[in-house]
Amino acid sequence: MSMDLAQAQRVVRRGAWLTAIAVVGAVGIYVMALSFTPPDIRQGLAQKIFYIHAPAAWNAMMAFVLVGIASGLYLWLGDPRLDRFAAASAEVGVAFCCVVLTTGPIWGKPIWGTWWTWDARLTLTLFLFFLFLGYLVLRRAIVDPMERGRFSAVVGILGMLLVPFIHLSVYFFRTLHPQPILMKPSSPSLPPEMLRTLLTSFGVFTLLYIGFVTLRYGLALATEAQEARRHA
Amino acid sequence: MGNWLRSALAVAAKDIRLELRSKTSLLSGTVFAALVLLIFNFARDPTGLSALDLAPSALWVTYAFASIVTLNRGFAVERENAALDGLLLAPLPRGALYLGKYFANFVFVAFIEAVTLPLFVLFFNLDLSTSWWGIMLVAILATAGFLAAGTVFSAMVIRTSFAELMLPVLLLPFMVPPLMAAAESTAHLLGGRPLSEVMGWLRFLALYDLAFVTLCGMTFSFVVDE
Repeated sequence: MSMDLAQAQRVVRRGAWLTAIAVVGAVGIYVMALSFTPPDIRQGLAQKIFYIHAPAAWNAMMAFVLVGIASGLYLWLGDPRLDRFAAASAEVGVAFCCVVLTTGPIWGKPIWGTWWTWDARLTLTLFLFFLFLGYLVLRRAIVDPMERGRFSAVVGILGMLLVPFIHLSVYFFRTLHPQPILMKPSSPSLPPEMLRTLLTSFGVFTLLYIGFVTLRYGLALATEAQEARRHA
Repeated sequence: MGNWLRSALAVAAKDIRLELRSKTSLLSGTVFAALVLLIFNFARDPTGLSALDLAPSALWVTYAFASIVTLNRGFAVERENAALDGLLLAPLPRGALYLGKYFANFVFVAFIEAVTLPLFVLFFNLDLSTSWWGIMLVAILATAGFLAAGTVFSAMVIRTSFAELMLPVLLLPFMVPPLMAAAESTAHLLGGRPLSEVMGWLRFLALYDLAFVTLCGMTFSFVVDE
């Protein structure tokens, strides 16, 4: 019993360390973006927000995809570790989604002249946010851990299927969002200094994701150990 | 396959028979839908917004709400006297059980929609003489989409506290693609455009229905089995 708790504490400690390193890295990105990267010729200082917005968006999407994959594997293998991971990833994904949905309008107001627009990618992000918020609410509403695992896995899988449909349906409208500048067939069209900062920020945010998920995973382990002790 | 479909139809027939005896859900669902349509009319400023501009969204918001209200009862009736245990003990493939519940929900919602459509025409002063069958096609495809994931979620939420609140929170994001397709194509059809112009949306709806019914049927056993 106390073995489990000790293991949970180890995982939490590891997660805390990873998060601490990533937070220092995030400070590093701000210094790098503000002092060592030239401002955009047309957007000026507003463009600096991309070094938070883009990596947060990338990590939110990655988190949600991993929830879907882990959900499918959980229904197949029934391993509780997959369920714990899916829950942790969904929560961190929602947090990153919050960052995306707040930094986006801050940039949109001076550049597009509007806080919000029903553009394809904005709408998709908003609905993914609501979808996984629902996922987290459902998890809290179910007491039995086995049932919680199965139900949320089903929602996770159905959510995966929903993404292409939302994407398709909102894509019929014209899109305002900047087109991809990194992941496109021709070479990235970004000056090397900006590219360096952007890639660093992607790395740091991914580390932040790993740190948060490890932390959350450890906390879930600790909760389970505590529950088991209470029932013993 | 024939046996499988027969089982599904038996489940659907049971639900429909049960509903015809009490009629509570159908009646309250229809009154609810009519009231929502009424409220939409009073929430509109007739000098600022023409009825035709608001009509498609009013219709589809009403139908979406009516679906949620109907879904809320779908598995709630099975909880009384632990009727669901009886259903699960029957030699019934889980996919067939899903399909049966899905059919029954579809019949209920289609009934509510069919009854409120004339009211919609009346309240919004519309002319459906050329577009009625196009709108019916859209309604069938979109309702089939609403209920696909909805049937699975309604089985899920009865095990949670606040089931009536949990269902819309889970389901509304899933309703967005069919809702968007339905409102867009209804707007085109009401504007007198030919059906060929909304063919893309109809194909999209059919694809959505097929994909979700298949995946929901496959995952349903994880929701009902212990």
